[in-house]
Amino acid sequence: MTFGYKFAGAAALAVTMTTGAAQADVLFWSTQAKPVEEAQAMREQVLGNFQDKVDYQPNDGGPWLTRLQAELQAGTGTIGVLGALHGDFSAMNADDLVDLSDIGVMSASDTFNELAKLGTDSAQYIPWMQASYIMAANKKALEHLPEGADIDALTYEQLIAWAANVHEATGEAKFGFPAGPKGLKHRFFQGYLYPSYTDGVVRTFASDAAVTAWEDFKKLWAHTNPASTNFSFLQEQLLNEDVWIAFDHTSRLAQAFNERPDDFVAFPAPAGPTGRGFMPVIAGVGIPKTAPDMDAAKALVAHMLKPETQLATLRATNFFPVVDVELPGDLPPAVQAAGGAVAKMSGSADANPGLLPAGLGAKGGEFNRVFVDTFERIVLANQDIRTVLDDQKGALEAIMNETGAPCWAPDAPSEGACPVE
Amino acid sequence: MNARYLPYLLILPVTLFLCLFFLYPFILVAQQAFYADGGWSLKNFQDVTSHWKFPISFRNTMLLAAAVVPVQLALALLMATMVTRMQKGRDLILYVWTIPLGISDLAAGIIWLAIFEQSGFLNSMMSGLGVVDRPVNFLSYQHPGIVFLAIALAEIWRATAIMLVILVAGIGLIPKEYYEAAEVFGASPWKRFTRITLPLLRPSLQTALVLRVILAFEIFAVVAALGGTLFPVLMGETYAYQFDLLNGGAAAAMALIILAISIAFTLIIMRALRVPKGATI
Amino acid sequence: MNAETRSSGRFLYTASVVLLCAWVIVPLYLLLINTLSSPETVNSFPKPFWPEFDLGSLSFFAGFEGMLTALKNSILVAAMTMVMSIAIGAPAGYALSRFDFPGKGLFRLLILLTRAFPLPLLALPLAVMFIRTGLDDTVFGLALVHTTLAIPFSVLITFSLFSGIPIELEEAAWTLGCTRLTAFTKVVLPLILPGITASAIFAFVISWNEVFAAAVLTIENRTLTAFLLQNLDTSPLHLKFAGGFILVVPALIFIFAVRKYLFAMWGIANR
Repeated sequence: MTFGYKFAGAAALAVTMTTGAAQADVLFWSTQAKPVEEAQAMREQVLGNFQDKVDYQPNDGGPWLTRLQAELQAGTGTIGVLGALHGDFSAMNADDLVDLSDIGVMSASDTFNELAKLGTDSAQYIPWMQASYIMAANKKALEHLPEGADIDALTYEQLIAWAANVHEATGEAKFGFPAGPKGLKHRFFQGYLYPSYTDGVVRTFASDAAVTAWEDFKKLWAHTNPASTNFSFLQEQLLNEDVWIAFDHTSRLAQAFNERPDDFVAFPAPAGPTGRGFMPVIAGVGIPKTAPDMDAAKALVAHMLKPETQLATLRATNFFPVVDVELPGDLPPAVQAAGGAVAKMSGSADANPGLLPAGLGAKGGEFNRVFVDTFERIVLANQDIRTVLDDQKGALEAIMNETGAPCWAPDAPSEGACPVE
Repeated sequence: MNARYLPYLLILPVTLFLCLFFLYPFILVAQQAFYADGGWSLKNFQDVTSHWKFPISFRNTMLLAAAVVPVQLALALLMATMVTRMQKGRDLILYVWTIPLGISDLAAGIIWLAIFEQSGFLNSMMSGLGVVDRPVNFLSYQHPGIVFLAIALAEIWRATAIMLVILVAGIGLIPKEYYEAAEVFGASPWKRFTRITLPLLRPSLQTALVLRVILAFEIFAVVAALGGTLFPVLMGETYAYQFDLLNGGAAAAMALIILAISIAFTLIIMRALRVPKGATI
Repeated sequence: MNAETRSSGRFLYTASVVLLCAWVIVPLYLLLINTLSSPETVNSFPKPFWPEFDLGSLSFFAGFEGMLTALKNSILVAAMTMVMSIAIGAPAGYALSRFDFPGKGLFRLLILLTRAFPLPLLALPLAVMFIRTGLDDTVFGLALVHTTLAIPFSVLITFSLFSGIPIELEEAAWTLGCTRLTAFTKVVLPLILPGITASAIFAFVISWNEVFAAAVLTIENRTLTAFLLQNLDTSPLHLKFAGGFILVVPALIFIFAVRKYLFAMWGIANR
């Protein structure tokens, strides 16, 4: 029958294809540096001079996780090295990651190294690069700054006034907030708004100070570009000037500074009643237990931490080094701008740094969802703040009790699971 | 060959194939939906249906299907009958109309976002014509109606061709003599359409509608591109459970709910457009 | 009077055809403008309605390592999907239209169900199965998954077309000395070739545009879609459009190439 012939033909073709494929490359399976230009720079500038050939493949979270889980379940795999955010690693089972304590490299920050243990006694991944969230503005917006405001030491009150001035002057709401499907809005609430207003995240989730925080955020939202629910990368809106003042991840603002360095300024996130809250972003490299060539994988992890690789990574991705290295003077404009803003932010007198959520394991996504839901209900659906907070508090409590995660800064330390007060 | 076994022999390849590559993984996933807290339960279903976004995404999905599918059906029928009347250039016109078939939903989302965004083509055109003095923000939470319209337009643009191709192939099979006879008896074009085309096209209509409706319940990428987070749909929530919340059980439960809705609508369409035995031409 | 209505009807008809063509083409033209614009223009307002023929974005992809291999893989997967989905699907479509057998309704429903369940959820068990059997990371393995997606189309389209061909035609052939098989190949097959082409188009397009399974199941043998499209939404605007354009073009060429077969059978069908 024809069907049989065709099937056999296709199968034979497939067999020739398989035998033709080489398996010697180290597969670097990553959720970072996804944009095509960054991926290309990773391949050419960061991984090009590694001893073996590296196949760098960045993916969306869905395929990334599905492939990884499949290899772990099957007990055999092709992935050599994993590159992902701290949150991605902490959602994994620590047994599935190879212990990297003996690899001989680590980051310069003890806090990061501790986070990378994922609650165990040994390094489950190695911190790879870091970033943060900052503010950026079109220089046209500067003339509308409220009187007496210092752009490097803004308060939330001044930011709202500024956004209002711009709104009034141009007739358009020109503050931009990454509330789109892939936007990182939850990090703003967890690492910026809550620490700045309540000096906590979990304990103070439904406090009176939190009500004030949301009230102020609603004031800011009144001057926020209403299409923000479509924005995931504010660099696009800065460039087309739909937005003049923006909050986003440093690498998601980079294109604006690199294309038109003279038109934009970067500056620290604003301060609230309890200080200037801000939060780092940490990406790490790890090795799944199914890696086909363990030695090559470990060598690649070590390669990623070399000072010169870290600098090349900085140029490729706009993520900063995690090891001690002197930054050269000829860095791209985006790196210089972001680096300056982050330094001012962490060096400010009222700095109130927050840590990344820890100990939540696979519940990290649900933890984020609590904040996103709260935002959507209060701001988009215009529901009563007190009611929503009391309602969402139950969901948060359930997550904390189920995981038993202790408090992290700026929340005061706790015995056992972090309580929602 | 025994004619009694022939149909089974003919469906055997498909059955084996789908058992291996669909049914087996499907059963593994479906089990997850009914498994929670170390035992069999309906907890996953309760969890997903009691979430505050569920009724909204359910309503959005249904509204969108209700708005899009009838328009697509009408449009596809119109285009298909227009093509059959065409004397020359039929190939080319039909080719143009089937172009969107080749465009993925992700690409369609990118294209339509470029039209509707604040500094997009629609605003460029309107400000060029002097209709507006400054760009309008179409895709914002203040204009849920326009967001809905934009998504519906993009879907109609992208997915009408699926129905068109099926209907055109079906119309091609209707013998010309029927129309000639009808013309002899002085039937108007509209009468010919309702008395000949529609009844004889029933098998193709059924197929086109069923496929289109099922795909309409799975809409996701275009909605995410144009509606952002403003317009939650069932499939988007399913992916959020699976990949953001890492809750496979809840995702499977959502998917089974969508499946149940699809089955219900499929049965309704199949019943309404039943092809009566012995009535085939 | 009659002539007048006829000519105004004629005008209405032509106008609608033109309008519908514009409706399809204009959005694609806008994609082309953005593809052929410099990054500054893509971000500017108001947008031009004429391309400036800046090839920067396109040439970026031309220099992308592995594009050609990925293109070859995409074509291979799509071709295999086409052949398999028709070879496996068409007999079932014929059976559904010609025979009444117990379990027919259930069978049809089961076929449809495969389209009503999202593939990304099934990808994990499928990937585990593929890794264990060695199908993982092969063009053939991915084609098997894409065939699963295309089969409902091929079964249902061929079913509805077979249903449209009177069984009397086949019966006549039998009385003239044809066997069931020769009656099928000589009488029925030519009639449904357009339908076969239609389902081939579906199979090709489905395979071409499928991202998720391709991203999970292929590593060395990536398809163009998995290679390009899945990271497109996080890329800068001008590359987003250029990448989208690169993906659209081969699908358009394919449909253009087979359009003749889709409608060349017209004369025969209108017997």
